[in-house]
Amino acid sequence: MALRAMVGVKRVIDYAVKVRVKPDKTGVVTDGVKHSMNPFCEIAVEEAVRLKEKKVVSEIIVVSCGPQQCQETIRTALAMGADRGIHVDVPAKDYERLGPFQVSKIIAALAKKENVNLVLLGKQAIDDDCNQTGQMTAALLDWPQGTFASEVTVDGESLTVVREVDGGLETIKVKLPAVVTADLRLNEPRYATLPNIMKAKKKKIESVKPSDLGVDISSRIQILSVEDPPQRQAGVKVETVEDLISKLKESGHV
Amino acid sequence: MFSGQLHTDQVFPYPSVLSEEQSQFLSELIDPVSRFFQEVNDPALNDSLEKVDDKTMSGLKELGAFGLQIPTELGGMGLNNTQYARLVEIVGLHDLGVGITLGAHQSIGFKGILLYGTPEQKSKYFPHLASGETIAAFCLTEPSSGSDAASIRTTAKKSVCGRYYTLSGSKLWISNGGIADLFTVFAKTTVTDPASGETKEKITAFIVDRGEGVSHGPPDKKLGIRASNTASVHFDDVRVPAENVLGGEGNGFKVAMNILNNGRFGMAAALSGTMKGMIQRAVDHTANRVQFGNKLSHYGGIQEKLARMAVLQYVTESMAYMISANMDAGSKDFQIEAAISKIFGSEAAWSVTDECIQILGGTGFMKDAGVERVLRDLRIFRIFEGTNDILRLFLALQGLQSAGKELKTLQKALAQPLSNPGLLLREGAKRARRKAGLSTGLSLTPHVHPELKRSAELAVLALEDFAGTVEEMLIKHGKNIIDEQFVLQRIADCTIDLYAMIVVLSRSSRSLSEGLPTALHEKILSDIWCSEASPRIHQTLNTLRSGGGGAALYRNLRSVSAALVENGGVVAAHPLGF
Repeated sequence: MALRAMVGVKRVIDYAVKVRVKPDKTGVVTDGVKHSMNPFCEIAVEEAVRLKEKKVVSEIIVVSCGPQQCQETIRTALAMGADRGIHVDVPAKDYERLGPFQVSKIIAALAKKENVNLVLLGKQAIDDDCNQTGQMTAALLDWPQGTFASEVTVDGESLTVVREVDGGLETIKVKLPAVVTADLRLNEPRYATLPNIMKAKKKKIESVKPSDLGVDISSRIQILSVEDPPQRQAGVKVETVEDLISKLKESGHV
Repeated sequence: MFSGQLHTDQVFPYPSVLSEEQSQFLSELIDPVSRFFQEVNDPALNDSLEKVDDKTMSGLKELGAFGLQIPTELGGMGLNNTQYARLVEIVGLHDLGVGITLGAHQSIGFKGILLYGTPEQKSKYFPHLASGETIAAFCLTEPSSGSDAASIRTTAKKSVCGRYYTLSGSKLWISNGGIADLFTVFAKTTVTDPASGETKEKITAFIVDRGEGVSHGPPDKKLGIRASNTASVHFDDVRVPAENVLGGEGNGFKVAMNILNNGRFGMAAALSGTMKGMIQRAVDHTANRVQFGNKLSHYGGIQEKLARMAVLQYVTESMAYMISANMDAGSKDFQIEAAISKIFGSEAAWSVTDECIQILGGTGFMKDAGVERVLRDLRIFRIFEGTNDILRLFLALQGLQSAGKELKTLQKALAQPLSNPGLLLREGAKRARRKAGLSTGLSLTPHVHPELKRSAELAVLALEDFAGTVEEMLIKHGKNIIDEQFVLQRIADCTIDLYAMIVVLSRSSRSLSEGLPTALHEKILSDIWCSEASPRIHQTLNTLRSGGGGAALYRNLRSVSAALVENGGVVAAHPLGF
């Protein structure tokens, strides 16, 4: 039986951009900053496309939550080989407060609505580093989960997932339907070719609102302050070991 | 420009031709192309292999890089010139050798089919060309015909039945010559004038498939762009069907020139990318390297180099996208501008890369730094697709021709002063004011941002000085100006400087009006350019005018050259006497 897969893709500030904190410390500057698809999401898309190329997956639906520009991220996934997109429209103002809990509710609702058997997500996003959406989605759906996957094979009604855990690899077998989150070494994502980008223009992106799915996106988290990492203080050179020890004593380290 | 007028609609405001959708589509293409060149392509490997590595080549085909301007319905990307320029800029940033492989294919190789092809020719060839399955090459140059393209000897004889031609001849230094399966070939044909019945030798362009009678030489060994294949191509009694004539029998020269004219903006775009890369390398080094206790960027000598590099890149980039936009807006009159952008871009890139190596010092001279390759790769850009020297003559003559025409109208009016008194009065006043050193009332004020007022004035003064000198030259030399290459070169230099001034004024005005975050920086770049170009122009013009010392200098240069030729080399006796 061919599977229907849903892949979540998040639009994040490009990994190469030097992030700047807003003067009012409510977040980071996003206007006019280059964005791209979260690298772990890219790996998830690539895995889905490879499964489709192996004829294990019959259809790939990509989902992105956020403002209008998320459609660009969806287009990238479509150009990589996904079949259609769903843009869950969350206005920029609400998006600032959209966390893993809200997103997992949306993805769980869509997974049921679209009747998919496999949800593929990145293990975490490089902007907030939460690493929660996959786990929460599995919980909400009451499906098994294979997180931090570095290898995924489908055998019949179940998945074998090799997981990257502390100190080594763990191989687990989970029943479908399931949620899988992609780790760095799962694959090397392809770059979209120009003809495929062109073809992706013709693929459909459906736009829905969280309320259409019956999902409440109100947040229970308040951001108090976003700060730059502390600047490294300039060091001092000491002449002798004695000097070093006295300095360390002065600063209370010894 | 040559007659002291500005057709401001072509240059002001700085054009934006991309629709929101085109711009959106283009922005989606940039990332994968950049990533391909960063992650897959290895310029040093291509250089040492003396070919584009197989993996890269097949990657490029898959990427869609071989059919950027082929219509989408025939398998290409359907990009306009501006979109094409933006992608080519990325190629130029990373690997000019690959750039030439792609450019020889689509910028000249099959451009003829794009410009002149019949619907049948397009649908037959484009799908294979777009996928890169068929590589194209442009075959004009011959052993005895380089810059003088009209003198080619390859012939194509029409069969008695008229259904095919038999093509014979050899073409030299053909980019992609060894890997192409489709050739745009220029050959002499005997054309009969249908009206008078007279026969004449005229050049015709043909699409030739690789097949019986087509062979090529081994890859040529070159200074640079080693990754790109260059070879001689031989046609030995090749049968070419009559339907493969491109652009009509006897129109080959026009076809060839138009293909080249249409491709030149792409070189400026690619080279602006190259310069960007070189500037980045230089900046990296100056921001990290410490000598005499300070970062290199601290020193005035380095600062001047970096600033000049940025100015040259800014001018080239501004030219490339102004021309591509005008072409996309349907302008047919861009040959002079395109030639200027090719000359300027190739010389600017040379200077920027040379300075990058200078800043890097010994590191830059070493192969591992990868900059020496860029310098080698760049050198050809001043030579091929019309040498900069020939293009200088071309643009000077083209400009003089139009100025000459205007002058003739004026002379006619002078002969019959009553026929057009208004024109005479106007022109008379203009010349009198110019003579008196007053402005003729020409002004860029309505088009240029107030912040750039001073630079705009410099441009207007230079333009008026230029137009006055051009007129003097035309009156002095008349038709014989064609042979005055010393004069023509200098007129071309001034034209290039002037056009560059106007282009940067236009672009930085737009940036200021739109309030771009970099607007002030761009204004400074423009001010630097204008403040240096302006005295350069006046000085050159001075030497051209009577009493300016030009004539004496040209006489001296001529006599030295004659003595060298006569002597077979250096003439002066050695200081040691032997």
